[in-house]
Amino acid sequence: MDQFTLNLLFVGASFALYIGIAIWARAGSTSEFYAAGRGVHPVTNGMATAADWMSAASFISMAGLIAFTGYDNSSFLMGWTGGYVLLALLLAPYLRKFGKFTVSEFIGDRFYSPTARMVAVICLLVASITYVIGQMQGVGIAFGRFLEIDTTWGLLIGSCVVFAYAVFGGMKGVTYTQVAQYCVLIMAYTIPAVFISLQLTGNPIPALGLFGNTVDANGVDTGMALLTKLDQIVTDLGFAEYTAAHGSTLNMVLFTLSLMIGTAGLPHVIMRFFTVPKVSDARWSAGWTLVFIALLYLTAPAVGAMARLNISELMWPNGTTGEAVSVEQIDNDPEYAWMATWQKTGLLGWEDKNGDGKIQYYNDQNAELQERAAANGWEGNELTNFNRDILVLANPEIASLPGWVIGLVAAGGLAAALSTAAGLLLAISSAVSHDLLKGQLTPNMSEKSELMAARISMAAAIVVAVLLGLNPPGFAAQTVALAFGLAAASIFPALMMGIFSTRINNTGAVAGMLAGLVVTLVYIFLHKGWFFIPDTNSFTDADPLLGPIKSTSFGAIGAAVNFGVAYLVTGMTKETPQEIKDLVQSVRIPRGAGGAIEDH
Amino acid sequence: MSQNNAENNAYWSANVRLILISLAIWAIVSFGFGIILRPLLSGISVGGTDIGFWFAQQGSIIVFLALIFFYAWRMNKLDKQYGVDEE
Repeated sequence: MDQFTLNLLFVGASFALYIGIAIWARAGSTSEFYAAGRGVHPVTNGMATAADWMSAASFISMAGLIAFTGYDNSSFLMGWTGGYVLLALLLAPYLRKFGKFTVSEFIGDRFYSPTARMVAVICLLVASITYVIGQMQGVGIAFGRFLEIDTTWGLLIGSCVVFAYAVFGGMKGVTYTQVAQYCVLIMAYTIPAVFISLQLTGNPIPALGLFGNTVDANGVDTGMALLTKLDQIVTDLGFAEYTAAHGSTLNMVLFTLSLMIGTAGLPHVIMRFFTVPKVSDARWSAGWTLVFIALLYLTAPAVGAMARLNISELMWPNGTTGEAVSVEQIDNDPEYAWMATWQKTGLLGWEDKNGDGKIQYYNDQNAELQERAAANGWEGNELTNFNRDILVLANPEIASLPGWVIGLVAAGGLAAALSTAAGLLLAISSAVSHDLLKGQLTPNMSEKSELMAARISMAAAIVVAVLLGLNPPGFAAQTVALAFGLAAASIFPALMMGIFSTRINNTGAVAGMLAGLVVTLVYIFLHKGWFFIPDTNSFTDADPLLGPIKSTSFGAIGAAVNFGVAYLVTGMTKETPQEIKDLVQSVRIPRGAGGAIEDH
Repeated sequence: MSQNNAENNAYWSANVRLILISLAIWAIVSFGFGIILRPLLSGISVGGTDIGFWFAQQGSIIVFLALIFFYAWRMNKLDKQYGVDEE
């Protein structure tokens, strides 16, 4: 069976599974559509939340981000997991107790202000829509590479599948499909990692192999630690030492903190905790979510380091002091076949600049390596293009793993992108039908028409997502910073103050959210261009406005501004009414969580 | 009613205390061991690098997991102790 048939088989089987679940789990009421009837077991919910959270970025890009910078990008690992501690301790149980359907609804009720609710809805929509564009592009890339069909068709097929289970099943359909998608994506991520870890270190657990010794071709311990070897090879080639810190400590702390707060403030993640039956389940469920996320996040740094080692050794088969790999070998040796496959996608490129028949891969900006290059007649780095995103997708081929593993990785990449897209679309549709229509425009809408409205807004959201995926705005790559910045600076502080303070009033909350939002947006725009229009920026992230603080790290400062302004303005305005103080007290006490459902 | 309120306040203070302790550990393992204190701990080596690198890429995630489960277990006990658990 050839590789194409294998890929088709794996992707086709996974899609059939998702559609089967969609037919089984149709939603009959708004409670099922928005919160899966609040009947989801905490472990099941944890698995679904993990799939919801782990996007194409986690699956495809994260290992690459770590592989090419090493220690400095540990922020992604700590930030994207540490946020769950905040979620579990500070938000999830109380929002579950509150017992409504959307994040903006809590903000609107707690701060007794439709304005506060609208500010939250706008933040939610901007964050979710920018995020969904990236998922759609991920779907297109995965289809394009593995099934050799046009990106446009890939996107259309992918969105039809999402349509099938998200529009009919709502949260219920999405939850159970995400459980299946989690299983597919975690197998696709860990199986190749286990093989590669065995090849390089003899240890079947990649997270342990990362800190183990390397083994030779016969599996005999060489006595040299993998990370020591990697450090040596990359520094020999003029790159920065893998395990050392290079950037500013302050920026790393703020960046990690921004990712943590942003994670805890992303509405499509928070709303998952509305689906469990009890407050105590919401606490457990956050833990289970992190268990399932950690399986991938503990493996990712091993995948990154091992792939970097593999690639460096492939380019320098005779060691870093010997001869580089020859063009002839790349063209003919089956071990290098993946290079030609990925060259076709435009994500990998090499060029024999000095015409010596060899491809020298090194850092041509490094003074020491420039000397060596001059002595040997090299004319610059000849591995001219290496897109970080192909690392995970090409990893099984780089390590010469069997064909079925490659098919599995294809299905896994699609599962990661589709599950996150569905979660985001659900957040968008509930914001439109529940917060905008039911909450503002037509409060007397019957449950049946609200359910219909939810389905129509979901379908509309899918169409918008496909259009944006097909014609991504030039700023698509920058928008992750925007989504996290918005969530960190506006939504997280508002929710936290709503629960932990009885004092903060409506004016304070609105002023705080707007202040946090505005300073964060302005800081991002100053560095990335106003509304991401190229060349309108006054600063760059290489030389930021405030010391070492890059625009991606500013969310934490935006959150601090939000807290500060909210406290100041509250002190100057009318006190919170007693019934709101009672609401806060009731949210803090788990007893009576079941009753809140019947409010609806 | 007032006695009930006092109970609830005691429950809430116990919760806030537990949160503060947990968040202190959360910050020490990630921002502390993983980033700021890494140079101080560089003498402790782990598999070809130092313990700070391990905390940044593995250890903090494992501690986060333990923290969430510890908090859930403690709080579910506190709920019962103060009689505010769900029936």
